[in-house]
Order: sequence, then structure tokens, then C-alpha cells
Amino acid sequence: MEQSAKLPIPNTLSTPLKSLLVRWETFLLAVFAAVFIAFSVTSPYFLNVWNLSDATFNFTERALIALPMAMLIICREIDLSVASIIALASVAMGYVAQTGADVPLIVLTGITVGLLCGLFNGFVVTTFGIPSIVVTIGTMSLFRGITQGLMGNQVLRDYPFEFAFFGQGYVYWVFSFQFVLFLSCALLFYILLHRTNFGRRTYAIGNNPTAAEFSGIKVRRHKMILFAMVGVMAGVASVLLTSRLGSTRPAIAFGWELSIVTMVVLGGVNILGGSGTIPGVVIAAFLMGVVTFGLGLMNIPGIVMNIIIGLMLITVISIPVIMRRIQQHRSRHL
Amino acid sequence: MNSIVEFLKRREVLLGIVVLCMIAIIGSINPNFLQIRNLISVYNDTSILIILALGQMLVILTRCIDLSVAANLALTGMVVGLLNAAFPGFPVEGLIVLAVLMGACLGAINGAFVWLLGVPAIVVTLGTMSIYRGSIFLLSGGDWVNAHQMSPAFLAIPRQLFLGVPVLSWMSLIVIALMVYITRFRPFGRQFFAAGGNPRAAFYTGINVGFVQFRAFVISGALAGLCGYLWVSRYAVAYTEVANGFELQVVAACVIGGISIMGGVGTVAGAFLGALFLGIISNSLSIIGVSQFWQMAISGAVIIIAVIANSRSEKKPGRIILREAVAADAIDESARGDTRPATGQ
Amino acid sequence: MESTSPLFALRNVTKVFPGVRALDDVRLELYPGQVTALVGENGAGKSTLVKTMTGIYQPESGEIWYDGQQVTIRNPEDARQMGITAIHQETVLFDDMTVAENIFAGSYLTRGRFGNLDWKAMNRRAQEILHDIEAPLSPTAMLSGLSIGQKHMVAIARALSVDARVVILDEPTAALSHHEIHELYELVRRLKARGTAIMFITHKFDEIFAIADRYTVFRDGAFVGDGRIEDVTEPELVEMMVARSLNETYPKVEAPLGEEVFRAEGFSHPTEFADISFAVRKGEILGFYGLVGAGRTEIMRALIGLSEQARGEIYIEGQRVSVRSPADAVQAGLVYVPEERQQQGVMLDMPIYQNISLPQLHRTSRAGFLSTRNELAVARQYGERLNVKTSSWSELVNNLSGGNQQKVVIAKWLATHPRVIIMDEPTKGIDIGSKAAVHAFMSELVQQGLAVIMVSSELPEIMGMADRMIVMNEGRQVREFTRDEATAEAIVSAATGVRA
Repeated sequence: MEQSAKLPIPNTLSTPLKSLLVRWETFLLAVFAAVFIAFSVTSPYFLNVWNLSDATFNFTERALIALPMAMLIICREIDLSVASIIALASVAMGYVAQTGADVPLIVLTGITVGLLCGLFNGFVVTTFGIPSIVVTIGTMSLFRGITQGLMGNQVLRDYPFEFAFFGQGYVYWVFSFQFVLFLSCALLFYILLHRTNFGRRTYAIGNNPTAAEFSGIKVRRHKMILFAMVGVMAGVASVLLTSRLGSTRPAIAFGWELSIVTMVVLGGVNILGGSGTIPGVVIAAFLMGVVTFGLGLMNIPGIVMNIIIGLMLITVISIPVIMRRIQQHRSRHL
Repeated sequence: MNSIVEFLKRREVLLGIVVLCMIAIIGSINPNFLQIRNLISVYNDTSILIILALGQMLVILTRCIDLSVAANLALTGMVVGLLNAAFPGFPVEGLIVLAVLMGACLGAINGAFVWLLGVPAIVVTLGTMSIYRGSIFLLSGGDWVNAHQMSPAFLAIPRQLFLGVPVLSWMSLIVIALMVYITRFRPFGRQFFAAGGNPRAAFYTGINVGFVQFRAFVISGALAGLCGYLWVSRYAVAYTEVANGFELQVVAACVIGGISIMGGVGTVAGAFLGALFLGIISNSLSIIGVSQFWQMAISGAVIIIAVIANSRSEKKPGRIILREAVAADAIDESARGDTRPATGQ
Repeated sequence: MESTSPLFALRNVTKVFPGVRALDDVRLELYPGQVTALVGENGAGKSTLVKTMTGIYQPESGEIWYDGQQVTIRNPEDARQMGITAIHQETVLFDDMTVAENIFAGSYLTRGRFGNLDWKAMNRRAQEILHDIEAPLSPTAMLSGLSIGQKHMVAIARALSVDARVVILDEPTAALSHHEIHELYELVRRLKARGTAIMFITHKFDEIFAIADRYTVFRDGAFVGDGRIEDVTEPELVEMMVARSLNETYPKVEAPLGEEVFRAEGFSHPTEFADISFAVRKGEILGFYGLVGAGRTEIMRALIGLSEQARGEIYIEGQRVSVRSPADAVQAGLVYVPEERQQQGVMLDMPIYQNISLPQLHRTSRAGFLSTRNELAVARQYGERLNVKTSSWSELVNNLSGGNQQKVVIAKWLATHPRVIIMDEPTKGIDIGSKAAVHAFMSELVQQGLAVIMVSSELPEIMGMADRMIVMNEGRQVREFTRDEATAEAIVSAATGVRA
């Protein structure tokens, strides 16, 4: 039969898959390094640890949500309501703070609201089998709408002094609480996705939901958990953002959902599900952060960065397709 | 009798009844709402949403989604605004044509990625959304184009009254008529439904599914371009954040109108009523004494209720294998077939 | 009646897929005004042939002759232009369009200078065509409301609307009621009268002799023989269809039968099947035979908890167990190797070892954390037992041949230490070598005390491997044979509903 039958199959993993994935992350890393060096050369203010530390604030909150969002997208679902969850959680915290509650209760409120919103999304998606993109466009309006309805033009700013720590405090030297939290969460999600059964099942569902179900995976429950996780992390991000701003307005975190999805896709997660890694998403988050910061130093406004990120997003998605086309074209003519 | 039930079961009819009930309830709370002038003004305020929803409908029919419409609108709006400020003498009609063409080109970029590279539409349009929005800033340098910089003709067109109705409203009516014509009476209009409803069957009948998707994006883009002019002229201002986040309202209008995100199912009437529904909510809350701020929550709740209601009706039954089941089904069908009126398409 | 020259002919056509020669140097001739029955088992190459004739596949070599000229059919549109139409097993129609639009989609009737769609004319014309074929359907009815049989009528009407000269009917009666089948025969006769060349693909012998003028037999992608139906008898056809496969030695090993390990009682579904009860013993292979659409797969899906509407009881080793999801089934030791391997069996873009360990993760892992070493050990153990051909266990399943993919699926399930393994068409579409390996393995399994439930549409496979066989027809168990009682004729006639 085939000649490979005669050779023993090696008992190790020389994964072509892994090296392929690694290639994307190394590419991202190289881009990151190039951008980093370019900015250090062009701006004298760039290579300042405090400036760099400040720069992390503009992406860590989003990146925190991008972590579970990556898992959700790998699992063939998406949550566009995350920014609205932030808003709703922030309002809830604002009202609780008004009653004079202490910090733990405020934080607990924010995270609980996030969890409930995530569970609601998961419930509607899994119970009625509706595409999550539709459901979460609906809940995006719903959650944000409740926020607006409750608050009107109000601004809530009765947060206790200690609450500011989450968004403005430093754990050690230049390392802000936010940044340290993000790094810890990134590690946690790395382990969850790449080192546990739960993570493996996430890939399996994203690869082939029917076969996953046939293999005895409880697909609905799994998706429910992922939606809940996204909700919780949105709650956490809400705590950080609210604390950093020191106030809650109805438009808080407006439009974040799309930049979070962009971060995830830029990180190499297939929008159609089945593949992607946490390191990729983390590097993408850093990349987006450093580009924003560097352009800011050069007095180029953040909106211009949208162009660059948009271009990166499309390029990233198109390159593998074009490569595959070329390969197919070649193999056909061999 | 049966036919009436069938008719009432149709999504658009149901939605139409809901919209009428809503108007009636609002009117009973505050009769001022029912004044012709107010109704016209509510419709006028909804016109842009209606036009965009109709373009989006075609895209969604082909199993895609266009998240870049609002950015496209803002970019073309800024371009015509800047041109008008720089060359006040240039005829406004020319600018409108230009806006439509430019919008179509921006749509064609989306469509080309989907058609030629097979990139998921949500990713492409997410990307172009950022790019188009960012380009506005590049063009304008972050400045606003204000009313005093625009020529009187530029500002006047959408406001002109024809038979007591502003031209803006007429434009949306024309687009509705065009869409009805395209989806009912043009072979290429039917291809949107075929390509999205069953791509494999569409391929078997000789339809190039990717090209159909491309065309949907071009039309959606052209309408967004038209709305770019209409928006800037109506609100007499162009700036980078124009219509920020509006794309999701447009998608929401389609979802409420029963356009299936899975493709192939939807009608002009549905998209129109979905947009009208959102428009009435946003224009009537203050009239009936509900805070304007609840508008978004209400439309969100409506979207969710609408999709849940639609999902119920789409549940698949099992296969029919047993002979009794086949027979029962046949009787059922022939009964239905006999009583169904032969209403022309 | 007899025509001298064929309207449509294939000569020396070959079509190769990775690992399989789906069509191997085949020939076929279709004559105007005649029905040619294409006979062959699953995997004989019939579907590939249809797709080649309708421009979906391009053959690697060979000639296609049509109306006296050599032609190339580049795409479905070409085929349609030429007047070659296929009515597929599962109808490729538009559910959300009306009957009339389905008939005319792609070649709409228009009117006026601007070429606007003429719905009135289409509805009228559709009504005429439907009237012609005596299909009691309203042109304005939505397709989604129709039964499978009625959809077939629409597909046929569609074929007639373009003046089709070659009509391919791909197992059109599989899901039809008796009444509908008779209507279909009538229709075929009317098509014949118009001079249409018809290719009729079927498993049912009574149909062949009722409707066909000529026959062509394929086996394993190769042409076996053809001729006029008058010159052949049913046993001869069966012989041609399965000859070599029947002689093919099945690695059947008698395993000692132990006590009952699995029993299903009173399984019913509102529309799919009724009164299904059976038991399997240790060391036994129970075969489920039936035509495509007889409800076998639906029953198996119900057994593993995938059918919400089905009702019935399952006993494992005499103990009643509740199976409401595949997870419950796996827990109970009941596993299912599905028919649609790529859609339901494997994760194509995941490595072999991860596919095999998937249902097993709770065992290979430690406290929920993956252990690649344990996974690899499991994959190795079962992958080697099944003789999966690969250069590495981390190879993506996508890069394996169909047969090796099937081995991965079986390995995955064996690793869970099941008591009962259901195999749905275990050798569908895989090459002969892998087929033999799968069969040999089945024998090995029952020797080790497992029970196997094997669903198959291949008669030789059922007769070669099963100890006992249940024959299904229209969602019911119609007969049961022991290995010694079974004859090809008896099984086929039971499955086709012929009263013996």
C-alpha cells in the first residue's frame, strides 16, 4: 500500500498545524517590533517607561474582553453587545455607589450585571437557535437603551475614593493594576484555551459543531458558559473603565464592540470559527495599543489609526486566501 | 377564510398591523401625532433609514452583511460637502450623481473582496468601516463643514416640497418603488433571493453567487452614497462622526422586518416596515410622554422579540417516511393547495 | 421503438478523486424515447456520473457525445443549455420561492421591451406543465410547504419547462409513496413519448422491470454491462451488480454469542418510523438493511438521543438507561459512527490525535488539564489497531483519504470502551483496501465481546458480515433474517415492499 505504512509513525508531535499558527504570531510580533522601533526612532518621548505605561491604558480594557471573545468566535459565535454590557454594568455600579456602598459591593455589582447580560445572550442564542450576531445586535440596543433610559442626561460620579484604584492605581513601579490584571487574565485564558479540556472542546465545536455534538460534547451548555464568560469580562472591563474615568455616562465605551472584534480577528482568530490562539490576540492588542500611542505622540489623531487597523484587518484575512489560491493554481498545473 | 388566515400569518402583514396599532395607540394618547404634518415629518425623518435598510436588505438576502454603510454615508457626505464648499457653483444635481457613484465604488470594494477572495463579509465591512471613517478625517483634517459653507441650492433640495411632501421623502418613495420593481420584475433581482436561499441550487441554475453578492454590495453602497448627500444636506453639517453607529440601526431595521440573516428570505415591505417601526419609536416617545432616552431600549427589545418570533416559525420538522405520515401530508397539502388562492405574484 | 444511434453517450470516461477512482473508463449510451436504468450499489459511481453529465464535475479523460457531436460540459449552465437535466435525490430547489418560480428560475419568462418578469405568463405556463404531468399543485404555492414527493414533481416540471432532451432521474422514488410512484411512472411514459432520453437510477428491481427499456450496470466505478431489458432476468442483474463483491470474501469470523447487551423497545417517531424493537447480544453483528430513505439513519439518531420527537426505551445489559443526548449515549457505552463522515464524524482541521481523544478527554486529562502525552498514547494505541496510514499523529484529518478518515472515527469511538457500536454505512465511499480493513476490524470487535449494529445499503456487506439482519421499509421493521435464512432476493423484496 502506501509507503508510509512501512515507516513507524513517530510518537512525537511535529505539528505542521502548530508551526503554521506560530507563523502568524511571529509575523504579528515582527510587525509589533518594527512599529516599536520606528516610533522609538521618530519620537524622543516614546521610549519612556511612564509614557509606555500610560499607553497600556488605551487597550487593556478592550483586550480583557477580547480574550473570551476570541474563544467565543472560535466556537462560531460572536457577542456584539459587550460595549453595551459595559455601559449597563457601569450604570448599575453608579447607582449602587450613590447609596454609599463600599468598593467590594460596587465591583461585585458590575461583574454580576455583566454575568447576567452574558447569560441572557447565551440563553436566547442557545434556546432559540438564533444566530448570535442577530441576537447580540438586539441586546446591544437593549442594554445600551436601558442605560440611556435609566440615566437620561445624568452623569453618575459618586464613586468612593478607593474605587479609583482599579483604573488608576499601580501595583508596582510602572505596572498599573489594569495592566497586571490583563497579563494575568491573558495567562489564565491561555491555559483555559490551550491547556484544558474546555479549550479543546471549544475548538472542536468551532471546527464541526455536528461532529462535536455526536462526540458527546454538550454544545449548548458550552456556548452558554462562553457567553457568560464574555459577560463577566465585560463587567470587569466596566469596573476598570468606570474607575479610570471616575464617572458613568450613557455613551461610555460606545463603539467598542467592533474594535474588540477587530482585535480578535487581527490576532489570527478565524471569524468563521475553529482556529485562533490567545497569544495572537494578546500580540494584536499590544500592536493596536502601540500604534495608537505612537501616532498620538506624532500628533496624529486616533481616528487615523482606524484606517491602519482596517487595512491590517483586511490584509490579514486576504493573505491566506490569496496564498491558498496561488497554491491551488500551482498544484493544478503540475 | 383559510386564505385570510394565510394572509394574516405573513410576516409583513403582521408587522404592518403592529405599526398601525402603534400609530393608533400613540394617536390616542396624543392626537397631535396624527396630524398629517406630523406624520409627514416622522416619515421624512425616517427616510434615510428606509433607503439604507433597502440596500442592506439586498446584501443580507445574499447571506452577507454590510457594516460599512454608515461610514460610506459619512465619507461621501463629507466629500460632497467639501466639494460644495470649494466650488459653490457646481450644480448640485452633479454632486448627487457623484455621491451615488462614489458610494457605489466604496460598495464595490466590499463586494470585490467577498466575490473574488471569498472573505467573510462581516470582516471586510468591519475593516472598510474603519478605513472609510478614518478617511473622512484625513480629508477634512477633523474640521466641520458647516451650513454657512454650503450653497443654498445644496441645502434646499431635500427640503423642497412637492405636493406638500419634502423631496427627501419622495426620494425614499422612489427608492422603495425601484426596489419593488427590481425584486419583483427583474431577473437579476430574483438572483439575490436565489443566491442566498440556496447557493448550491443557484449554482446549478447557472447563477454566479459571488457576483450576485458583489452587485448587492454595489447597490447598498450607491444608496449609502445617496444618503450621504441627503444626510449632510438635511442636517446642514458634515463632520467625521456623522451617523456613527447607524449601521447597526440599519441592520436592526432589516431584522425587525423579517429579513433572514441566513439569507434568501425577505421583502421590500418588510425592510420598509422595519425601518418605519424604528422611525416611529424614535419620533413619538416624547409625544406620548415617555422619555426619549428609552427609545433604544425599546428597539432592542423589539429586535429580540422579532427574531425569537421568526425562529419559531423556521423550525424544521422531521422527514416524512412512514406511509401514514406521507398520506396525511398529501391530504393536508392537497387541501391547502385547493384552497390557496391563485393570486398573481 | 429501437433507435439506431444514441442521443447521449459517454466513452472511456474517467474521474479520479484523491484515493478513489470514482469512474474508471466507463461508457454509457442513452437513446431517445427510451428509459435506461442505471443499476449499481452505493459507491458504484452513479452520483459521480450524474455530476459529470450535468457539468458539476469535469472528467479527467474520455469523451462525451451528444446529438452526434463531441461536446464538453463545462458547468451546469452548459448542461441546461443543451437540454440535459437531472432530478437529484435531494431536490436542489429554492424553498422560499413559489412553485412557478422554481420551475422557471434561471430562465425566466419576460415580456415587453425592458424584459420585465412576466409572472402571469409563468404562473399560467407552470399551471399548464403541472396539469400536463397531473401534479395537483398551485403555481403560487410556496415550495417550503410541499412534501418531498411534491418537490420531485416541481423538479420534473422544471425539467420539462426547458424542453429537456436528456432527463436524469436519480433515485426519484426513494422517498415517494406508492401513489406518487405510480404518478411518476406515468410521467416517465409521457416523457418517453416525446422522444426524451431518460436515465433512471434506482435500487429497486421491480421498478427497473416496470419502466426501463435498457439497463446499464456499474460496479465500483467501472462499467460492467448493458443491454435490452427483455434480454435479462432479475437474478442476472443482481449477479452483475454484486457478482464480484459477493465472491469477495468477507472476513467474517463466528464469534461466540453472549448475553443480550443492548435492547431498544418501542421506538417511534411521529413521521419517521414506528414500532422499532430489537436486541443485540455480545459478539453479534446486527445488520439493518433498507433502501435509502427507509428510516434507518433516523432510528440510529434517535437511539443516541439526537431526536427530540422520538420516544422509546433503551436497556443496556438489562438496565433501563435514559439517553437524551449523545453525551448520555457515550456514558452508557453506546456509540455511533455516523454515515456522513466529514459532516458528522471528524474535525477536518484538527490533528488525528485530537480527533481520537475528543470523547475521551475526561480520561486522558488530569483535573481538566490536557495531557498531550496521554492523548497521544490513546491515539497511537487505537490508531495503530485500526492501521491508520499517516506520517504523524498530528497530521490534520483533512489530509487523510476517506478510508483513513473513517478509521480515525472508529478509533475515536473504540477508545471510549463502548459496549455497543453503531456503524452507519461504515464503508460508504471508501476504497477497497480500507473497506476490507474496516470489515476485518468489525470481526475483531465482536470477538472481543462487543455488539455491533451495522446499517448498510450494500447487500453483500450485510450478507457477508451480519449474524442477523433486520430489513426496513418505509420506517418499519418488515422482516428479520438469520444469516442462514438470508438470500439476496428475499432481502431485496422485503426492502422494496414486494410481498413474498
